[in-house]
Amino acid sequence: MSGLKKSFYIKARDFNRAGEASINVQNFLKSMNFDPGLIRRIAICGYEGEMNAVMHGGDGALSIEIDSDKLVLEISDDGYGIEDIELAMQAGFSTAADEHREMGFGAGMGLPNMKKNSDQITVQSEKGKGTQVQMIFFLNQGGEIV
Amino acid sequence: MKLSEVVDALDARVLVGEDHMDKEVNKCGASDLMSDILAGLAEGCILLTGLATVQVIRTAMVAGVGAVVFVRGKIPPQEVLDLAKTQDLPLISSPYSMFVSCGRLHDCNLTGLTGQR
Repeated sequence: MSGLKKSFYIKARDFNRAGEASINVQNFLKSMNFDPGLIRRIAICGYEGEMNAVMHGGDGALSIEIDSDKLVLEISDDGYGIEDIELAMQAGFSTAADEHREMGFGAGMGLPNMKKNSDQITVQSEKGKGTQVQMIFFLNQGGEIV
Repeated sequence: MKLSEVVDALDARVLVGEDHMDKEVNKCGASDLMSDILAGLAEGCILLTGLATVQVIRTAMVAGVGAVVFVRGKIPPQEVLDLAKTQDLPLISSPYSMFVSCGRLHDCNLTGLTGQR
């Protein structure tokens, strides 16, 4: 099992469908019999990232790549980007609008939750040029959490 | 305790998942902030919330929540009920406020997510 990759489209501001890509990844990983705890961590990271892309991004994509020793989850969007990544990583910091808060988002826990649940996280962004978040989850030989 | 006992304790109405009332639950969390739910909720717990959107169901699915209780008598829109049905996620509507709903379940010996009371 090496290099298998699945990608899902994320439509900006489509709150009715927001989260579907992450649920698809969750179901896909379940069908591959990965460890339930690992699947939960990946689904949480995917969902937080997907909601960020829907709220703040232009259109984007969520992908999962399965390698022999790790899973790589990537969320990218063409939105207006993050001005201060260090600040955005702080728990509680949020630039969400009132309409996002009314739906239960904008608690400023998105990126911190993604950091907490992944083994490695890299955030690349530039104002006006979108955001790319890559998270790595390492596997042992049995496909379980290291 | 069984989900049916949760329904009794809250004088609640089952919206989805009548056939899952024998499910055992022993932990409970309450929040309207989806990220807080993702950060803290334990697998199989009950989630109490005042939000009744499709994102509550997706959050519950991702977090592995066992059942959702909508407080203040809320009934979510049909699309929310339909999504929960496809996922076998029980939905319950409590007529009480968040505070009173939590208090009643606390009286039934349910714990918080870390096991504290």
